[in-house]
Amino acid sequence: MVANGPMLRLLPRLSDDVAFFWTSGAEDVLRLQRCHACGFLIHPPGPVCPCCLSRDLGPHEVSGRGHVETYTVNHQQWIPGSEPYIIAWVSIDEQPDVRLTANLVGVEPDDVHIGMPVRVVFEHVEDVWLPLFTPDDEAATGSGSGS
Amino acid sequence: MTPPHPGQEPLERRAIISGIGQSDVGRRLGRSDLDLTVEAALAAITDAGLRRDDIDGLSTYPGMGAGTGGFAGPTSPEVQDALGLSLNWHDGGGEGAGQMRAVISAVLAVAAGLARHVLVYRTVTEGTAQGTGGRQGIGGTGGGGVPRFGGFMQWSLPFGAVSAANWLAMVAQRRMHDFGLTREQMGQIAINNRRNAGLNPKAIYRDPMTMEDYLAARMITTPLCLFDCDAPCDGSTTVIVSHRDVANDLDHPAVGVNAVGTALRGRPSWDQFDDITSMAARDAGASMWERTELTPADVDTAQLYDGFSILSIVWLEALGFCGRGESGAFIEGGANIARDGLLPLNTAGGQLSGGRLHGFGLIHEACVQLRGEGGERQVERARGRLPEVAAVANGGGPIAGTMLLTRGVR
Repeated sequence: MVANGPMLRLLPRLSDDVAFFWTSGAEDVLRLQRCHACGFLIHPPGPVCPCCLSRDLGPHEVSGRGHVETYTVNHQQWIPGSEPYIIAWVSIDEQPDVRLTANLVGVEPDDVHIGMPVRVVFEHVEDVWLPLFTPDDEAATGSGSGS
Repeated sequence: MTPPHPGQEPLERRAIISGIGQSDVGRRLGRSDLDLTVEAALAAITDAGLRRDDIDGLSTYPGMGAGTGGFAGPTSPEVQDALGLSLNWHDGGGEGAGQMRAVISAVLAVAAGLARHVLVYRTVTEGTAQGTGGRQGIGGTGGGGVPRFGGFMQWSLPFGAVSAANWLAMVAQRRMHDFGLTREQMGQIAINNRRNAGLNPKAIYRDPMTMEDYLAARMITTPLCLFDCDAPCDGSTTVIVSHRDVANDLDHPAVGVNAVGTALRGRPSWDQFDDITSMAARDAGASMWERTELTPADVDTAQLYDGFSILSIVWLEALGFCGRGESGAFIEGGANIARDGLLPLNTAGGQLSGGRLHGFGLIHEACVQLRGEGGERQVERARGRLPEVAAVANGGGPIAGTMLLTRGVR
């Protein structure tokens, strides 16, 4: 059994530009910054769209579905007391060039594979909702309605 | 993408590396970073046949405010003051084409006439810092609460992705998936470098390593094991960058700067870079070849960054020594990268076994080889010919710089 993550969750500062991302899980949804002019998803959030240079930007709810682009099982005690845990780069289905670094949970290393469909789940720590990902069984069996 | 100024001779060719120096290198030297830097600086000045007063430029990586734990080395004001230098130009910083940005910056300053002899240094005391402070984890159990994080680290720290080891493990995993890279192939980098370190008296780890040893090492972050990660150490490495018009005054071959590679065309981010399997090495490598008539086939030895074994593998492709996805096959069995192979790699042991001199150890070794001063580990090509062209690469992930160096001025 691997852990859901490190023994200690080092947390982000909820500054104005990123607070929406780290707290959207309170409503059980994942939000990314989106350009209102061209629709581009911008991550990490910024003050301008790097595609069209519009400054008309805002949080946008996405499906929370994605795919494992790659992963690793961490064994090193960077954070003392941690059990092995899985780290992945997950691409977001609405715009796969956006990736989130996150832990994979509810799955053992032997069952993880690159290209695996996953969906977001949240871990609530203090005032932060960390987006983690777990296997998306609906997408895997083809019965899901997601993209 | 076309080079910025087609038809113009690349100005880096106005510069040479006229001298090299290196302090003692070790796991726990217990000496100050300034002390080590002075040792290496004086060695390089002597090697170049210069006097202290000839040095009119100073350049370093990563410069002021770049961190603790023995990573940063002394600032350029400290070194200037310690050596009593009077400078026409000086520079220090951590943003740019890898650790060698400090050398490239000096090359450009010399080409522009801002300085004639630039002392460039990179100093680390990470070995001693870890030895005296204990290896630092993050967080810990001490009082006072855990700080919150902003900036780029906020996107990975909460998930325990705290080290470049984690990020590069994911690069390696993706390469295994896309190209069939194996642990045995990665192990050839570690074994090759250890074999070469055995002939480098300053190397940190010199005992032979077998594939069995490699495969039995403890896992750090899959698929990277302990021997895929470089060794923190203490040491200072220096080069003197001079105008090429002094090349004939030296009592050893000048090392010419044929081309530099500085491009960063993808996103400057570990997890957002478009191609997970290459990242910025792809751009730096491509931009270097856009600036020279030489080709990968002309390169006699490669000193490719190995903060992690996977990085040398990425660089082999990024610099065109083999096709995309083919580096695993290229290093299979280790013959191609051995000292008597097609492309002798990391001939002083690299960072995996030579110690993390942070890019500059590789630059130093490229010069040693081009000058024919490698002693027992000197590379010879067919019919005893000394190496004429060396490729050096620094950096990993979204950080990359590369140089093509030549024996003598071309």
